Amino acid sequence: MKDSISAMYEKRPRTWATQALLLALALVLLLWSGLSIESSGSGTGGGKIALNILSGLAHPDTGLLFNFTKQGVAYLLLETVCIAFLGTVVGAILAIPLAFLSASNLMPKPIAFVARVFIMAVRTVPTFVYGLVFVRMVAPGPFAGLLTMSLSSIGMVSKMYIEAIEDLDAGVLESLTAAGCNTLQKIRYGVLPQLMPGFASTAIYRFDMNLRDATVLGLVGAGGIGAPLIFAMNAYRWNEAGSILWGLIILVLLIEFLSTRIRVKLARG
Amino acid sequence: MSLYDKIFPPRITTLPNGKSVAKPRSRAPVVILVILALSYVSVKVTGFDLSVVVRRSKEFFVIFARMVPPEWGYMSRVWKPLMDTIKMSLLGSAVGALLAVPFATLASTNIVKNKVLVAAMRLFFSLVRTLPTLITALIATYIFGLGTLAGTIAIAVFTFAYLGKVLYEEIETVDMGAFEAMESMGVTKARAFVFAILPQVAPSYFSNCLFCFEGNVRYAAILGYVGAGGIGLILNEKIGWREYPSVGIILLALFVTVFIIETISREIRRHLT
Repeated sequence: MKDSISAMYEKRPRTWATQALLLALALVLLLWSGLSIESSGSGTGGGKIALNILSGLAHPDTGLLFNFTKQGVAYLLLETVCIAFLGTVVGAILAIPLAFLSASNLMPKPIAFVARVFIMAVRTVPTFVYGLVFVRMVAPGPFAGLLTMSLSSIGMVSKMYIEAIEDLDAGVLESLTAAGCNTLQKIRYGVLPQLMPGFASTAIYRFDMNLRDATVLGLVGAGGIGAPLIFAMNAYRWNEAGSILWGLIILVLLIEFLSTRIRVKLARG
Repeated sequence: MSLYDKIFPPRITTLPNGKSVAKPRSRAPVVILVILALSYVSVKVTGFDLSVVVRRSKEFFVIFARMVPPEWGYMSRVWKPLMDTIKMSLLGSAVGALLAVPFATLASTNIVKNKVLVAAMRLFFSLVRTLPTLITALIATYIFGLGTLAGTIAIAVFTFAYLGKVLYEEIETVDMGAFEAMESMGVTKARAFVFAILPQVAPSYFSNCLFCFEGNVRYAAILGYVGAGGIGLILNEKIGWREYPSVGIILLALFVTVFIIETISREIRRHLT
């Protein structure tokens, strides 16, 4: 008994050479990147600023937090949620044709490849570049933010859609054909039930992400809670920044809780 | 769920053999109504106006049209910030990913039996995750000064929070058999964790690390906007000066870089799983 165990132990796979190589590679890469990290170095005031930020978070500006006019945190959060929601809806709808075009099991290879490169190009342009373009196109404000959100959602959403489409079970469609269904019925009873949970789950997840990313819009004046937050921080008004941050944290936690609940339900059917 | 079925009773079909089947009413109408209502509120709040989009859609392409042809000569000045961006994401992802391991372990219910500790760790992860990366970067520039250090820290914090959550969910679903067997043989908990749990989560952990790194390269482009180093710095500058051909070459360089990184990482991830 003991012999057989030690015999098996002797036969264990030995991959230490590859492991050492990979480790060395990782270390070289990390050294390469670590040695060129630079900062203008404001080490003296850094600790004090950190303390100020923490005290701002501990003593948020309650006047701003419970102000229900258009300048208050509540309205800004509502605006942010609206931008993220409608942006996600528009983006999720725009992504559907793109995803079908680039699904390699439905389309010929060249078309799928071109569509994929297009999606990647859309995804590479940073959000604030889109923001600037849309601010120029429609006036600065939440409308521009909404358009930015929808365009920057397309990339990730269509990527996940493609995966859902490529996982389609062709057997179901075949049996529907065998049962004498026409194309419309096949889409209604064969394709939609397979795709809807995945699509909905992706859209909800993206909504979650858009809500977090909505602060970026503030940089270019495209509405939402980002601009007041960044202004407050640039002016070192930490109490104000604290109250906005608390509002944002609570909102994001709440939305995350809800979205996880819905997505778990969708996944279990 | 049951309340909905009480208001709209399920349709009962009697089969030829006398048994009856209840088919619950579809939830789709309610879901569609809710989405429409929320969309209506959002349209009102954001001032969405399709006619403006249609009328001024030409404007969207004006800036992009000015980016072609890209200013190829500017490429020599793009290399350094581009490499900075990659280095920032690489180091930030690595630091964040390494830090996430001990904290995620403490947040898994099957390893740590102390409920208070687990709950505290999860709350910590959630709180860190809600902080927008841009705001983390802004705070980091205040504390550590302008430059790539601030960007690296912002990326590390984001990676830590994201990977931490994924990792503890991963650890909770591993097969505990090997761990228990080792414990019963008298191996300490730490060693059992290293030899029984880590090999099970390692492939998906590395795969998620790579996925995170991919996203971080893209995200690092934004961080320059708040002075946290990398390609965003020159991107912001060139947009400010309206030198769109230079913007074009920066975006093109970023696109090619992201494409190469994604291709490599997808290959590695295919081998991992």
